[in-house]
Amino acid sequence: MTDTTVAHPVPLTVERLQIAPARRRREAIVRFSLLMAALVSVLVSALIVWNLVAEAWTFITGVAWADTWGQLGWFPRRGLYDIPTIVIASIIVTAIAMLVAGPLGLGAAVYLSEYANRRVRAWLKPALEILAGIPSVVLGFFALTWIAPNLVGRIGKNTFLVIGAMILAGYAVVAIGVARNRIKHYRESGSDSSALIVAVGAIAVIVAIFGLTAAWLLNVWLEFAPARAGSLAAAGIGVGILTIPLVASISEDAMAAVPDSLREASAGLGARKMATATTVVVPAAISGIVAAFIVAVSRAIGETMVVFLAGGAADATRFTDSPFEGSLTMTAAMASLASGTDSVVGEGLTFQSLYFVGLLLFAITLGLNVVAARFVARVREEY
Amino acid sequence: MISRLSDDKSRAAIAASIERRRIDTRGLLFRTLLQSCLLVTLVLLAVLIISVVNNSADQLGARLGDFLSGTLRSQSSDDRLGVHQGLYGSLWIAVIVAVLAFPVGIGAAVYLEEYAPRNRFTAFIEVNIRNLAGVPSVVYGLLGLALLVKGNLFGLDRLTGGSSALSAGITLAILALPIVVITSGEAVRAVPVSLREGAYGVGATKWEMIRTQVLPYAAPGILTGTLLSMSRAVGEAAPLILVGAISGRLGSDPGLLDLSALTDQFTALPIVITTWTVQSGRDVGFTAAAASAIVVLLVFVLLMNSAAIGLRNRFEKKRG
Repeated sequence: MTDTTVAHPVPLTVERLQIAPARRRREAIVRFSLLMAALVSVLVSALIVWNLVAEAWTFITGVAWADTWGQLGWFPRRGLYDIPTIVIASIIVTAIAMLVAGPLGLGAAVYLSEYANRRVRAWLKPALEILAGIPSVVLGFFALTWIAPNLVGRIGKNTFLVIGAMILAGYAVVAIGVARNRIKHYRESGSDSSALIVAVGAIAVIVAIFGLTAAWLLNVWLEFAPARAGSLAAAGIGVGILTIPLVASISEDAMAAVPDSLREASAGLGARKMATATTVVVPAAISGIVAAFIVAVSRAIGETMVVFLAGGAADATRFTDSPFEGSLTMTAAMASLASGTDSVVGEGLTFQSLYFVGLLLFAITLGLNVVAARFVARVREEY
Repeated sequence: MISRLSDDKSRAAIAASIERRRIDTRGLLFRTLLQSCLLVTLVLLAVLIISVVNNSADQLGARLGDFLSGTLRSQSSDDRLGVHQGLYGSLWIAVIVAVLAFPVGIGAAVYLEEYAPRNRFTAFIEVNIRNLAGVPSVVYGLLGLALLVKGNLFGLDRLTGGSSALSAGITLAILALPIVVITSGEAVRAVPVSLREGAYGVGATKWEMIRTQVLPYAAPGILTGTLLSMSRAVGEAAPLILVGAISGRLGSDPGLLDLSALTDQFTALPIVITTWTVQSGRDVGFTAAAASAIVVLLVFVLLMNSAAIGLRNRFEKKRG
């Protein structure tokens, strides 16, 4: 610094305006090392993809595909890799988790964003953050030792009937809402044929999922078996509790981004707070709320320890589509395969099957996260 | 006269319609419904904490010291049962995360916010980091298993000693990295432009400006993010199972500061909890042991988290 702070006037030259070579060199070194730090993440991604694909490829090319479909269940050490077993278990756990986290998280978010005053918020937000910070093993322990006996264990055949009816009713309300919205959109768009296709498609998908859910619930009800120590339902509820803060915080961020002018306009038109919340704020923040749900689904699919501990299956399992039985999700199957004192041994491809399931999981969660990022970006664009 | 009369009539009608349903029943119900969503969540949190504390009370009340210095045992009634090996693993995992993930993560954040040109390559790195943050932790375990334990690709197993605390620490550092980058990036972005301009105005170079203005100003935010990522890493169990943490019986029990044991077989607190929870199926006494280990883990994790949250809230208030 001393060479630039001369007391008497000296004619300006290019050399004097340039910083000293030593400082310039340091700048370059710092810039280069920071660039390297940023590139580490790219390296990590490349390594993840390379590792997954390389090992999974050995599995894909080497496995007898007849052993991966329609088998008794997931018995990797005997060379039976029934993919539907672990995929269905993942879907069941994720669905139950979303049944818990969706309403609770969204309700909490609407309350925090629209109703709670500052003082209440100052207490509630940290409480939710504490919940978000609880490690998943702890939730796994809780799901096994408390949720399984005290919640799932108390569900009788009739309680299940009521829960099932509530699920279907709630689903019907949402489905009819979406269908009406699409039809309205079709009318407003001047009977545009592409809008019609979207509307009909949406309704068809909704009816199909509704039918599948109803058939599945009926089947579970007919073959209702009382829950044992651990079950997919207990694990699903545990995963759900884990994802509540995620749903709540992302949806609340989305609702906080809705400008107050919209709320004021709504109030000015005579709408009450509830009408403002449900017909103005939530629709305006819908992209962010959808993103919150997608991120939560991705998190629930990737959650390992809760299912590993409370899923009610050891290292192999028969196929089941009942939430009241024990099974292995994709993640739990990986963890149980790798756990134990012997490091992954068994049939020739047992080790590689880990990576195959890992690749499947990676692809699903990556897809969901990319879609969620699109929705979040839309919220940012709008306001 | 007629208009006057109808005016009065309509006025009365309006008054009646305004006054008739003073209590907004639906609104009240809706509000109660929302409140009960929060209430259920908080009750679940409370039940979780109470049930864990209840289960652990006997164990921790009677022999806290022994429990902290004891080791993995095959019988829950063994009076040498404890979490010392788990503490060793978790402590060193935390240290390795701090040493590896923090400098690299903060460096990457500073590069992306301060240096990186706004082009497609930078956008690619940013998207890549966001996607990494969403990768399930068990997949990081697969990476650690292949790269550090089996030594695929670079033969790193000779350095890490295979399934070791070092492998686990590096795996979790990789897992924590994207979180550190994202949270530090947010803190760096929040630094006012005026501070940067002030530094440039007195002749600072870019790095001097960052070192003397940006980093000190962003320090609380960066610290919050690093604490959160560390508590997440310390609580992770799934990647450790993949990397091969010992769940059954572990012969060695090194002192907490014994560096040479870093490349030996290891376990960690979340794995101890997992093991004992699984074993509680055949030996009920392990439930209490698992609950006690959870209390030990939660004390660490929640302390780190509340420090982070408190720090952030304090500075948010100050800078308003």
